[in-house]
Amino acid sequence: MTLFTIIIAGIITYFMRMTMVALVNRDLLGERVKAVLAYVPSAVFPAIIFPGIFINDYGTFIEMNDPKIFGAIVAILVGYFSRNVIATILSGLFSYWILIFLM
Amino acid sequence: MLSKKQIFSKGILAVAPHMFSVIPFGIVCGAIGIELGFSPVLVYAMSIIIFGGASQIVFLQLLSGGASALIAVTSVGVINSRHLLYGAVLSEYLEKLSFVKKLLISYLVVDQGFAESNKFFQKNKNETHLHYHLLGSGGTLWVCWQISTLAGIILGSFVPEELGLKFAVPLTFIAIVVQDIKKLDHIIVMITCGLSSLLFFDAPFKSYIIISPIIALFVAALVLRLKK
Repeated sequence: MTLFTIIIAGIITYFMRMTMVALVNRDLLGERVKAVLAYVPSAVFPAIIFPGIFINDYGTFIEMNDPKIFGAIVAILVGYFSRNVIATILSGLFSYWILIFLM
Repeated sequence: MLSKKQIFSKGILAVAPHMFSVIPFGIVCGAIGIELGFSPVLVYAMSIIIFGGASQIVFLQLLSGGASALIAVTSVGVINSRHLLYGAVLSEYLEKLSFVKKLLISYLVVDQGFAESNKFFQKNKNETHLHYHLLGSGGTLWVCWQISTLAGIILGSFVPEELGLKFAVPLTFIAIVVQDIKKLDHIIVMITCGLSSLLFFDAPFKSYIIISPIIALFVAALVLRLKK
């Protein structure tokens, strides 16, 4: 029964991935819409980033001195100046670990 | 003009650094499924059938918390509806593919692969075999996701929760958007999206994940109008 539910969830997810690529003709989108679509990464990923930092596993806001905020600031600075994805991820994780394990 | 193989390799290399976040998250994902009491086969089946990190965790958490199948399926649909936006962006670069190829390549599109391949597409609009980049990035993410969720299912309780490995997820996306913080218009769009996601976090079915991008895109449209 759970497998059946998973398959339905999978089919819906696949349709979300496929619809705009395979079923919708891009010429239907006007120039204005295409210009706005250039902002999709900036308009989508913060919805993953912000809750991932500011909201804990129990769905409540973290304190302003939470180690995750420090980790995120370090990652932003390192990412901005190094332009390196690995450095960004690891600097954020390590600075977070330093605070939770050593402080 | 780059060969298919060269573009494919570039796709692999572009997402490879994100494995520092994808692999720990995959392990956490597999481990959570077992912890919540689901059978290993079902937990793994999700990695093939749904193939979407956050939505897999939410799905299992809802079912184990006693939510109905309808609510679990709706939540997965809402969380993954952001792929409609990715598809709309990618369609420009994939429109020359045959219908069957479009159907097949769609399965491989996930967040990091979309983000990195889209960056490549914007800079290399005139290449003929662009979709090989998406095959390289999506294929790499697919293989690593399968291996890491399987590892999580097997290792499960060996992964200490105190490590907070889920924190690697926001970090990988910071790495994706961080270069755009030098552009004022992008900053406005990002902050709109981020604040909206916190404001609407408690909206039903995790819908903050699609509500806030829609609000942010409206703001982007306004910004574009002001720029003219």
